[in-house]
Amino acid sequence: MPEWPFRLEKRPAPSRAMRAGAPLIAAGAMLITGSIVFAALGQSPLGALYLFFVEPIASVYGSGELLLKATPLMLCALGLALGFRSNVWNIGAEGQLTMGAIVGGGVALFWAESLGMWVLPGALLAGVLGGMAWAAIPAFLRTRFHTSEILVSLMLVYIAQLWLAYLLHGSWRDPEGFNFPQSKAFEDAAMLMPLGEGVRVTSAFIMALVLAALSWIFASKTFAGYRMLVAGLAPAAAAYAGFSEKKNIWLALLIGGGAAGLAGVCEVVGPIGRLQQGISPGYGFAAIIVAFVGRLHPLGIVLASLLMSLLYLGGESVQLSLQLPSAVTGLFQGALLFYLLAADLFVTYRIRTARREPARRAAEPEAVPPPA
Amino acid sequence: MDSPHLIAILVSTVIAATPLIYAALGELVVERSGVLNLGVEGMMLVGAMTGFAVSHASGNLALGYLGAIAASTLLSLLFAFLTLTLQANQVATGLALTLFGIGLSAFAGRNFAGLPIDGVEPISVPGLSAIPIAGVLFRFDWLVYGSIALYFGVEYFLRRTRAGLRLRAIGESPTAAHALGQPVIRTRYLAVMFGGAMSGIAGAYLSTALTPMWVEGMSSGRGWIALALVVFATWKPLRVMLGAYLFGGVTVMQLHAQGFGLDVPSEILSMLPYLATIVVLVFICRDPKTILLNQPASLGRSFHPDA
Repeated sequence: MPEWPFRLEKRPAPSRAMRAGAPLIAAGAMLITGSIVFAALGQSPLGALYLFFVEPIASVYGSGELLLKATPLMLCALGLALGFRSNVWNIGAEGQLTMGAIVGGGVALFWAESLGMWVLPGALLAGVLGGMAWAAIPAFLRTRFHTSEILVSLMLVYIAQLWLAYLLHGSWRDPEGFNFPQSKAFEDAAMLMPLGEGVRVTSAFIMALVLAALSWIFASKTFAGYRMLVAGLAPAAAAYAGFSEKKNIWLALLIGGGAAGLAGVCEVVGPIGRLQQGISPGYGFAAIIVAFVGRLHPLGIVLASLLMSLLYLGGESVQLSLQLPSAVTGLFQGALLFYLLAADLFVTYRIRTARREPARRAAEPEAVPPPA
Repeated sequence: MDSPHLIAILVSTVIAATPLIYAALGELVVERSGVLNLGVEGMMLVGAMTGFAVSHASGNLALGYLGAIAASTLLSLLFAFLTLTLQANQVATGLALTLFGIGLSAFAGRNFAGLPIDGVEPISVPGLSAIPIAGVLFRFDWLVYGSIALYFGVEYFLRRTRAGLRLRAIGESPTAAHALGQPVIRTRYLAVMFGGAMSGIAGAYLSTALTPMWVEGMSSGRGWIALALVVFATWKPLRVMLGAYLFGGVTVMQLHAQGFGLDVPSEILSMLPYLATIVVLVFICRDPKTILLNQPASLGRSFHPDA
């Protein structure tokens, strides 16, 4: 089983070209897989791929939707990438997003009158704080009790979603909403307005771009960012240099949680307009893929979030026009990450065929003349 | 609390614990070989979907379980190929496996959602099952007995067999084991596949016994709870069993809360298993020595025989 006809050889230095190229290889492999899946479903692959990847963004409205869905993905992925780079595995962005939506949405719902024109900034700030607070739990438990942030942040996803359901079935339910588990619609003053005629994308997209720029500056120009990078690449060196591991964990989780919380509140005070169940089709989990496909780099994440957003739109498009299941989106997302991880091999390794090796080794003793 | 009620609670506790036992014992063997596979949730979902679909199509539950084992083992092979042969990061690949499994099961299972199926039936041991009160122990389905057999099997394998010793050695120090001529990569491949097969059974149990139907994302975090159970158990099979029954009890508690006269909203009660997971993790991990002394030393690290 492990006897492959090739052998891996470590490159002297990681290949920069492969680093940038691996996501493209992965996207190409995903397209091929997509054609096969569509063919297996009895569709013409080219026609289906057109409907999946081109048709959804062929209109102004469609392009707006692309940016709209890219926004929460970008926000969550920027925060997650910061953590992943420093070996902090926050995989609960979905829960932090939900908590941001709950806290921010709560401000928009109940304090619209008392805050007046400040209700929107208040709601956004509350969303950020809500996400941060939710991420502070795994940060505290990891730094104080050495608990895996992977498992804790994930458990908190379920708890946040159940908490939202509890509120919507209880005291936050719209009394005139025919018993639907949803809140009243927010006042206009509490809402992010669309950027233009005929689109739904809001200024949250601009905020996400600004945050991408800021996170690039943070990661590459500040000492705190440098400390986190070292902690990820060489934990022992970071400890020897006296960089505090705890500070990194706190920073990574608070920034990640805050960004995810902002994504959540921007969804509810933007396109959704109220609190309801299912505020996110798994943006927080898809953002993990975005972070990796974007190479944990802000610019890459901006591009990867657009690609991932297109996967959501494509899934809806083929469902509408070909009655194909929209679950194909999740399949494509997962496959994309798999292909990327496989393609990543070539960043640090190159392939050598193993056949010639034994012959050379066997020949060596003969080449050395026996000592006289 | 009358005794029929209490017995009903105990029975459903055992049934709720069974899928956790399969998944967690499988992952325990994987982790003892030094590999961390975070894809349990994804493999369970694919197992649940395949188990249901094959059972429904063939009308044969045994075939359904074989299908579930095959599908989840294939997925785990993908993980093994990426992490063991291609040296990909185990955490990232495990997450990918879970995300892929969620997508794949939702996609492939879309036509099976909401269909009925004849679930796994309890077997009655003749004579013994008629004993008052204690007879309840002899009226479970065969997978419950299988899970207990699995515990003894894993315990025996790890402690008493050469292969088990080899697997543990590889988990502690792959470099030393490799230097002694042990097949590190092959052993890890087999361990990962075993973990995949067990996740498949765990998943199929959800969709054919616990709630005989297929619903998207129906494992609702049980794969992650199984991962937490392995940590909670400090990588020891007996503690996995205790932990699984504890968690089964917590899950069942939420269903029987009304019986205790508790008036708590169902959403809050549904949080219990997740809260309990966090609490037990804190309890076990609070002393770093507990983890340091028990965790396989090479857990989660790639091993490359040529390096």
